[in-house]
This record gives sequence, structure tokens and C-alpha cells, in this order.
Amino acid sequence: MTKKKIKVIVAKPGLDGHDRGAKLLCRIFAEAGMEVVYTGLRQTPEMIVEAALQEDADVVGMSSLSGVHNYFFPRVVKLLHEKELEDVLILGGGIIPDEDIPELKQSGVAEIFGPGTRTDHIVKYIQENILA
Amino acid sequence: MKTVEECIEQLLAGSVRALARVITWLENDDPNAVLCLEKLYPHTGNALVLGLTGSPGTGKSSLTDQIARYYRKRGKTVGIVAIDPSSPFSGGALLGDRVRMNQLAGDPGVFIRSMATRGFLGGLAQATDNVITAMDAAGKDIIIVETVGVGQDEIDIMRISDTICLVLAPGLGDIIQSMKAGVMEIADVYVINKADHEGADQLYSEINSRIMQDANIKSDYWMPPVVKTIATERKGIEELVVAIESHQRQLKDSGDFLKIKRERIREQTFQMIHLALFQLLKEQMIQNGRMETLVDAIIDKKENPYRAMQQIVNEFIHIPTR
Repeated sequence: MTKKKIKVIVAKPGLDGHDRGAKLLCRIFAEAGMEVVYTGLRQTPEMIVEAALQEDADVVGMSSLSGVHNYFFPRVVKLLHEKELEDVLILGGGIIPDEDIPELKQSGVAEIFGPGTRTDHIVKYIQENILA
Repeated sequence: MKTVEECIEQLLAGSVRALARVITWLENDDPNAVLCLEKLYPHTGNALVLGLTGSPGTGKSSLTDQIARYYRKRGKTVGIVAIDPSSPFSGGALLGDRVRMNQLAGDPGVFIRSMATRGFLGGLAQATDNVITAMDAAGKDIIIVETVGVGQDEIDIMRISDTICLVLAPGLGDIIQSMKAGVMEIADVYVINKADHEGADQLYSEINSRIMQDANIKSDYWMPPVVKTIATERKGIEELVVAIESHQRQLKDSGDFLKIKRERIREQTFQMIHLALFQLLKEQMIQNGRMETLVDAIIDKKENPYRAMQQIVNEFIHIPTR
């Protein structure tokens, strides 16, 4: 059997047009041996979940710099659960105020990685949580 | 999804989740994979498989997007396999074809799956054949396979497609380029995308020259259509589909359809047997340490690989003689 590859969706929900960080993470995840689908900008929650479903993703990573995370992140979690994709690891990043993090985690986002997080830390987190 | 049988049943009934999961099994060569394929195979044979190939950056993904939208308007369901290369260094991949197909998002009649080549050369991923089987069994009317950006030589797309569209873009070569062998020979339809760019008319005439040369050289030659498109502006798409359909008609009328089907099944079956046999032998030789012993002996010049190969093959395979 071929060794399992971790499949990651990197998405930019909402109207936020700055994706340099998201693209960098795509490269970093690919360098770590993962198969990364970059969905592009202006994704609705429905589009993100559809991609996760069709691609049988292990991880959905969302980047938000425009303050919409409190709406979009939990909505994606909800839709993923509706589609019976409870096993997908949901991560968030971008500009997320500390005070919003507990509620995001309660809604089902596993972890938030803000600016300054070491990227190898994110890679390690994914590898530990998926291959476990 | 409890058992493999349940999963297959759900796939055949139209479940997206089941199809996605089965494709993952096929990609990973999961123990369930062969059973899945056995059960899916009787439900195949309905889909039209279109191969889209061409150099990197010629617009294959954008064209795939437009072709899919065109067929959707006609009420057909579409499966898309979008292939990108795996890194030979890290083993990972950036799957960046789907990003150009955002217009198809939300349409339940379209299923897009990105695949990494995982070291397989030739333009496709190793499991592409099997993924097409799954999508066909799931009832997709049209399956579009978009290869990696190819060079001159990667022609595996031939094995799996009913009609191959070779996508070219202006400015990438001269008339001598267009005369070369390899990927230029496999086109059933030539597509000149980015037809608004400089050099498009010249490329168009060079391709037509090639076709005229081929008509003079080959007997029984059907002249492939040459279509100009501007995928990003949705131009030329209808003409492209008409060209694809003319190729399909020609295959059926000439009887080549059956000939090609036989070739394809022959190739595919040989390849499957080859892979299965080699897998068995390799596992055994690794497990019992024989490979390492052999490598040592070859390095010490106590053995030579050609002699060893013959010995191993004779030991391993008993071909019954009549």
C-alpha cells in the first residue's frame, strides 16, 4: 500500500484579497510532503466544504485577514459536520484577535495560527493530528 | 459507510462522499481498492473520456472549466481529474488546477478531483485509470482528464482517452517544433488557446502545415480539426465541442472505435498484471533480505545484475509449457 499523503485544502473565505500568507503556507505544506489544494480567493463556506468533500481532505485551513472569521469559520465547521465530515481537521489563521479564539475553538476549529507562528510548528501540528 | 459493499452501493446511487472516499482508496492502493474496482467495472462504459494535454501555461485548466460548463448547459454530468506533479524531492504537491474552475463550484452535476502524479511519469497519476473507472461507474457522462503540463514526450494520456485535445499557445516554438514527434502526434483535436496573442495566426498555419504533411505521409489519415479559443473569454468553446464530436463520429464510422478499445484494454490489463507481479516479487526480495545480499554481491563483483535477473525470473515464474 502506498504511504498515506495528507490532503490539505487552503482557502480564503469572504472578500479578503490578500493571499500571500495562504500561498506561502501552500508551499510549506507541499515541501512537507502534503498534497495541497489551493481553492483561491472569494470562497463561500459552501465552496470550501464542497472542495473538502470532493477532494476527501484531511485538513481544511482557512485564512482571514478582514475580520470575518467569527462568521465564516464556524459556518464552515457546521457545514462540514452536516456533510458527515467530522474527522476533518479545521485550522484557521490570519488576523484573529486573541479574544475570539476560545469561541472559535468551541465551535469546532481545532487551532488558530496567527502571524508569527513558526510554520514548522503548523506542519508538526498537522502531522501529529492526522497520522495519529 | 461501514463496508466496502455499502460504499460502492452509495457511490452507484450518487453519493459524492462515497465517490471521494473510493477515489482515495484507489489513489493509495488501499487493500479495498481491487474489490472496489471489481464491483465498479460492470457499471462502466458510458462516459466519454476527454484528454486535455499540452505544455504548462497553455490554458488547460481554463479550457477544462469552459468545456465542463458547456456540457453542463447541455444537461450532461461532468467528472474532472486535474493532475499536477509531485515534487521528486519532498513527495508533496501543489494542486493548483481546481483554483481556475471556481465557476463550476456549487454545481452538483460536476465532480472535480485533484491528483498528484506521485512519481509516475508520462503526464498522469498512477491511479488515473482507476479513478476514471470510479467516475464512469458513478454515472458521469463526460470525464475530462487534464494532464500535467507536458513536454514533448509524455503521452500516457493516449491510453485512457477517447478523444485527445492538444492545447497549444502562440509564441512557444517555430515550424520545426510543430513537426516533431511525441505529443504533437497524439492530437485528435488541436486547440490554439490564447488565440488573441501575437503569433496565433502563424501557429494556426504551422499546425495546418503539419496536418497536410501527415495527410501526405500517412495512409487512411483523418485530418484533425484545428480550433482557436480564448478560454478566459469563453470564445471558441462551441467550436471545440463540435470538433470533439466530429472525432467521435469518425471513430464510430471507421470502426477504429473498437480497435482502439481493444488496444486500450490490452495495455491496461498488461500493465495491471505487470504491476501486481512486480509488487509481489519486490516485497518478497525485500522481506527475505535477498535484495540486499544481491546488491552486496554485485558491488563485490561476485555477481552481475543481468545474470542475477535471469536467475530470479526463472525461479519466480513458472510459465507452464504445453
